[in-house]
Amino acid sequence: MRLLPFYWLALISLLLHGACHNDAEISYSAEIKPLLNQKCLRCHGGIRALGDFSLLFPEDALAINESGKPAIVPGKPGASEMIARLRNPDPELVMPQEGDLLTEAEISLLEKWIRKGAKFDEHWAYRPLVNPGVPRNDSPEWVNNPIDAFILEKMEQKNLKPNETADLHTLVRRLSFDLTGLPPQLDSLRMGLGETIDRQNLSKIIDLLLASPHYGEHMAALWLDLARYADSNGYEKDMGRSIWRFRDWVINAFNQDMPFDQFTIEQLAGDLLPNPTKEQLIATAFHRNTMTNTEGGTEDEEFRTLSVIDRVNTTLEVWQGTTIACVQCHAHPYDPFRHEDYYHLLAYFNNTQDADIDSEYPYLLEHSDSATAKMQEIAKQIKLLNPNDNLTSDSDLDKEAIRQLIFPRLFGDFADDFQEVLIQNNGRFNNSAYNANNQKHKKYYLVFSGINLDNLTDIRYNYFCRGDDARIDIYLDNLDGKPVCQTQMLEPASKDWDWNSTPVNNLSGTHDIIFHFVNTSGDFRTGVVDLAEIELVYQNQPLAQGVREAQDSLLQLYRQGTKTPLLKTRSELLKRQTHVFERGNYLVKGMEVDPALPKILNPNGLEVKDRLAFAKWLVSEHNSLTPRVIVNRIWAYVFGEGLVSTPEDFGTQGANPTHPELLEYLAYQFSHDWNWSTKRLMKEIVSSYIYQQSSRIDQEKMAIDPHNYLHSRAPRVRLSAEQIRDQALAISGLLNRSIGGESVMPPQPEGVWQVVYSSARWKANHLEDNYRRGLYTYWKRTTPYPSMIAFDSPSREFCVSKRIITNTPLQALVTLNDTVYLEAAEVLGEYMKEESGKDLASGISKGYQRALLDRPDTETMDILIKLYHQAEEAKATLISYQEPDRPARLAPFTVVANAIMNLDAFLTKS
Amino acid sequence: MHMYQEYIEKEIQLKTRRHFLRNCTTGLGAVALAGLGCQSKTTANIFAPTEMGGRATLSHYMARAKRVIYLHMAGSPSQLELFDYKPTLNQLHDKECPQSLLEGKKFAFISGTPKMLGHQAQFKQHGQSGAWVSDHLPHFSKVVDDVCFLKAMHTDEFNHAPAQLFLYTGSPRLGRPSIGSWVTYGLGTENEDLPGFVVLVSGGMTPSAGKSVWGSGFLPSVYQGVQCRSHGDPVLYINNPDGMDRRLRGQTIEAINQINQKEYETFGDDETLTRIAQYEMAYRMQVSVPDVMDISKEPPYIHDMYGTEPGKSSFANNCLLARRMAEKGVRFIQLFHWGWDSHGAGKSEALNHGFLDRCREVDQPMSALIRDLKQRGLLEETLVVWSGEFGRTPMMENRGGVANPFVGRDHHTDAFTVWLAGGGIKGGLSYGETDEIGYYGVKDQVHIHDLQATMLHTMGLNHEKLTFPFQGRDFRLTDVAGKIVQEILV
Repeated sequence: MRLLPFYWLALISLLLHGACHNDAEISYSAEIKPLLNQKCLRCHGGIRALGDFSLLFPEDALAINESGKPAIVPGKPGASEMIARLRNPDPELVMPQEGDLLTEAEISLLEKWIRKGAKFDEHWAYRPLVNPGVPRNDSPEWVNNPIDAFILEKMEQKNLKPNETADLHTLVRRLSFDLTGLPPQLDSLRMGLGETIDRQNLSKIIDLLLASPHYGEHMAALWLDLARYADSNGYEKDMGRSIWRFRDWVINAFNQDMPFDQFTIEQLAGDLLPNPTKEQLIATAFHRNTMTNTEGGTEDEEFRTLSVIDRVNTTLEVWQGTTIACVQCHAHPYDPFRHEDYYHLLAYFNNTQDADIDSEYPYLLEHSDSATAKMQEIAKQIKLLNPNDNLTSDSDLDKEAIRQLIFPRLFGDFADDFQEVLIQNNGRFNNSAYNANNQKHKKYYLVFSGINLDNLTDIRYNYFCRGDDARIDIYLDNLDGKPVCQTQMLEPASKDWDWNSTPVNNLSGTHDIIFHFVNTSGDFRTGVVDLAEIELVYQNQPLAQGVREAQDSLLQLYRQGTKTPLLKTRSELLKRQTHVFERGNYLVKGMEVDPALPKILNPNGLEVKDRLAFAKWLVSEHNSLTPRVIVNRIWAYVFGEGLVSTPEDFGTQGANPTHPELLEYLAYQFSHDWNWSTKRLMKEIVSSYIYQQSSRIDQEKMAIDPHNYLHSRAPRVRLSAEQIRDQALAISGLLNRSIGGESVMPPQPEGVWQVVYSSARWKANHLEDNYRRGLYTYWKRTTPYPSMIAFDSPSREFCVSKRIITNTPLQALVTLNDTVYLEAAEVLGEYMKEESGKDLASGISKGYQRALLDRPDTETMDILIKLYHQAEEAKATLISYQEPDRPARLAPFTVVANAIMNLDAFLTKS
Repeated sequence: MHMYQEYIEKEIQLKTRRHFLRNCTTGLGAVALAGLGCQSKTTANIFAPTEMGGRATLSHYMARAKRVIYLHMAGSPSQLELFDYKPTLNQLHDKECPQSLLEGKKFAFISGTPKMLGHQAQFKQHGQSGAWVSDHLPHFSKVVDDVCFLKAMHTDEFNHAPAQLFLYTGSPRLGRPSIGSWVTYGLGTENEDLPGFVVLVSGGMTPSAGKSVWGSGFLPSVYQGVQCRSHGDPVLYINNPDGMDRRLRGQTIEAINQINQKEYETFGDDETLTRIAQYEMAYRMQVSVPDVMDISKEPPYIHDMYGTEPGKSSFANNCLLARRMAEKGVRFIQLFHWGWDSHGAGKSEALNHGFLDRCREVDQPMSALIRDLKQRGLLEETLVVWSGEFGRTPMMENRGGVANPFVGRDHHTDAFTVWLAGGGIKGGLSYGETDEIGYYGVKDQVHIHDLQATMLHTMGLNHEKLTFPFQGRDFRLTDVAGKIVQEILV
């Protein structure tokens, strides 16, 4: 039973690659490696190396093992113990010890390989990218572009021909879904074209669709699964998280056709670019989509570590098609990654400030125009009152400008760096820990950089504490030597918030100030101090009257802005040293490691030192995996299946490409001639004939190529969760086409949210928000929108490369009975009624056409008209969702529309 | 097997099934709507694939249990107030906890030196087996001879959400399939008209880990648990819109399926046939789900036995529903009852207040469930499991070093009690022992992965072979561990 699929794979890969078994050529990666993976690596691989023998790395495979000699002697199969053990008649000695024995053919294949020198060539995916050139030009007429030329070769080998081209209406609908995620708006297409829609101007239609702002929304839906984007932060409380600005950033990036290399660099390291723009900072929220655990009693460092681990896994999966998660605990079982490799990678991501704290600090604050205007007013006022201050005149009022305006007051949410201190959204901060027992072992720091200390006389703290065991020590620039100032926090007599003041002497110059919280007793209660603000008092510079109040108003406005979590690198001072975690346990730290690339991905030994360099390397000419993996993702997004059917795994356990040269060609063009333009790549794909052919399934072809790997027909794929919703809204005319903004809460059944320790409620929005596209629906990880999850949308806890498409009765219940589908049916029904006049048939036919673009045939019409009469007869009194008090005169039309919107043709991209 | 191979294998088997389906399609819609059974077997396969993808072969041994009813006490009740009797703990009551018990330990809330807390209950031995049960569970104490206690359970996680995920998915992180999904993936369902994996929630809240504890993770979404609710639609979207009667819904589905049949004839796509079958099944579910959810027709003596009140959302009602679903062949029935997190920080969660309410809410119905299953001959083929996600400390919780306002205990991973009944499990057995204060297991400890392996075993599934390829690796419920507890098996 276990063997059956393997033989199928072997057979298919033989068919696809035409690999041959003559003596001259044996390909390690095509023939030997799959065999070793299947039969040997379980015990002689990355997890276990029994007998001190592992076949994973060439140097280990040829090395002397426990027996005192090597198992493989290149050129000498007779002297190779490995071969002897495969044929050993003694059941105690014969290999493999677990599972089925190798066949004679397999053993002799290994013998030949050893005789030829036991050469380990590289797995195809790790080889350098080369332009394969287009196969030939004596092509049949149907060949539209190089994609077809590559496909043609393989098709001819199996005597297959493509289908006829798809009907125009099918094709336009297909193009519209693949480029905008929505059904076509024929009128606006016609207007855009300035002529009728026909086959001659397909190229123009494609350009129009690519230029539509809905293109970015559609492409974002793909990327958001990879980015594990959600509107809540996961785990128990699963609190709301404001990170929609990142979703909009992705939409805009696709709409502007931002080159994919830039797209990559900004998301992974936008914060490290010189003078990053707000947009570049927002891009880094890609890796702030990791979960934050706010459950009581949890250890923040544990969950921070998990976030960083997830960043490594996600980055490698998204860009490198490499499943690295297993290397957290041990060497990769099948691919040449060593355990330490994982932690060298982790070191790139281990130095950002975010630390699993509830407020999700650090974040970027942005404000509406009106709020900005108000803030500018106040800023002016402060400058008038404080004329001596050296304030920048920044119309944008960014964080730095605000910081100067509120100076000399310091708040937690303006800190330049921190460690362990819990910073709240209102600027307060303290040295408590969720897990009380870890309290005393932690080092709590808060850093403000570049503060001028000339004439500083006192430091005042606005604080609250329940005991006398907390102290704050101040260091300048580094933690060496003695603190320059110490303040023992004493429980305020008032038992309420209070101020204290500590004199400082002889400080001058500009420094980084480090506040170090010390819990002198280690007690959870008496050694914790809450601080609302710190005020620096300068000689002869009292805060002018009214300034404090103005600053408070300014802060209040500032803090009400939209917060987007982002990546921010820790200062040198608080830099984390990364260690190997023994067996993957973060509490058991092994040797120290610095950022470095895994050897297999970096044959030239480039030095790639930090996160920015890493991001740039991903999209450099030194990286052949990124363009292959990304091109494959986009191909799969269009065709439903990638050229490599395992988009998440390009390693030796993944599938081989069905058309290696085509993948190579597209990857090369994408990263070279097309300058990483996603639109250019999309245009190439949808302009091919194989894309534009009919999806009709021919039984003879089915027998030859049941999975359609050879593309002799276009795929038929059920629409995605988002598309199913969007389509119903679009064809009824209800769709709100506005782009971007905060996520919305369209109606969902009562009682779906019953989340512990959370006051969050599903709040139905303004009416027009009920009709936004699916991608704007509020995405709560532990309680996803039920109708979306029914259609296989993931819950976005982790990166998902491929949604598994199912076909279930629960889906039928959604499109039959969910309010939004009934409301759409009602509106479509209304249209049919209007178009009916005296002729019922013409109304129903028009409604059908509006939904499916095509005219219904007579049989279909008969069925729908019969249903109309049945509904009439049943005196169906469907309530109106649009106007609940309206008479039910539409009911029969609503019933017919509900049926149309449940047709297979409607739910499928044909 | 990796995904690609799995895919190919599945397709081959699907082909066979579809071939059958295709040959059985003439007038499919009309036939099914008339209630004839020709294709019900095949449609059931699609929703809960008993035979699909060779699942039948995943049954590795003879199964003692055909189904599972899992009673989860979300928040984790104190074993020291219910089952694990330790006279020494009473002697130590109100004494400071020895430092040796605290060194190197991680607690969620206890800090400094807490005091020991004696039993907040009276214990007696019951039944022929002499099982210790406290006076908080008077009904339950009468069924102990059918029950097997695991007294030395332990887990790895001491926060609710991770511990619940660990219990149900074998991993403390989100994203893995739950045990109900694994079981239905392995065995499918016996009922064509009901979901194979049903979830019933009471206590007003879903468990801490949210719906992930009945999620299908990386398994196809058909295997995720379907929540059946006491208020609103029993299954989401199952009710037709106001004003549309069943006949008209039937006519609508008939029209849809007739047109889809034509679509199939044009394009030859087997998915279209599957869709036809699924619409028929949806139509049948519209009757079968509300029917199974309607407990009002149960005779009065059954309501007396369980303490049920039709129309209410309660653990009692859910226990009765569980029995009804067991009768109908639902494979995995998962109950959650919220409100057991007895820290003592507030009245509703105190051992001397809210905890007692919880005990009263579950005692009678869970005992009735065992008796009722037994009198119907269903107990021997139904595995009933009762647990929290971890245990509670023998120390009184002192949050932040200060005594809590009410009496409570903190989270504890090293020792807690789980009980099982029916389905191939020895009754009247107490397995495992804790030390004299119930702090650590000292004999026959059972880890969460062992419990999972044992549950799968009773269902005829080998936990090491029930795998699914994801992200380049074959994943299984028990990760890389799990040992079957042979001693408790019949």
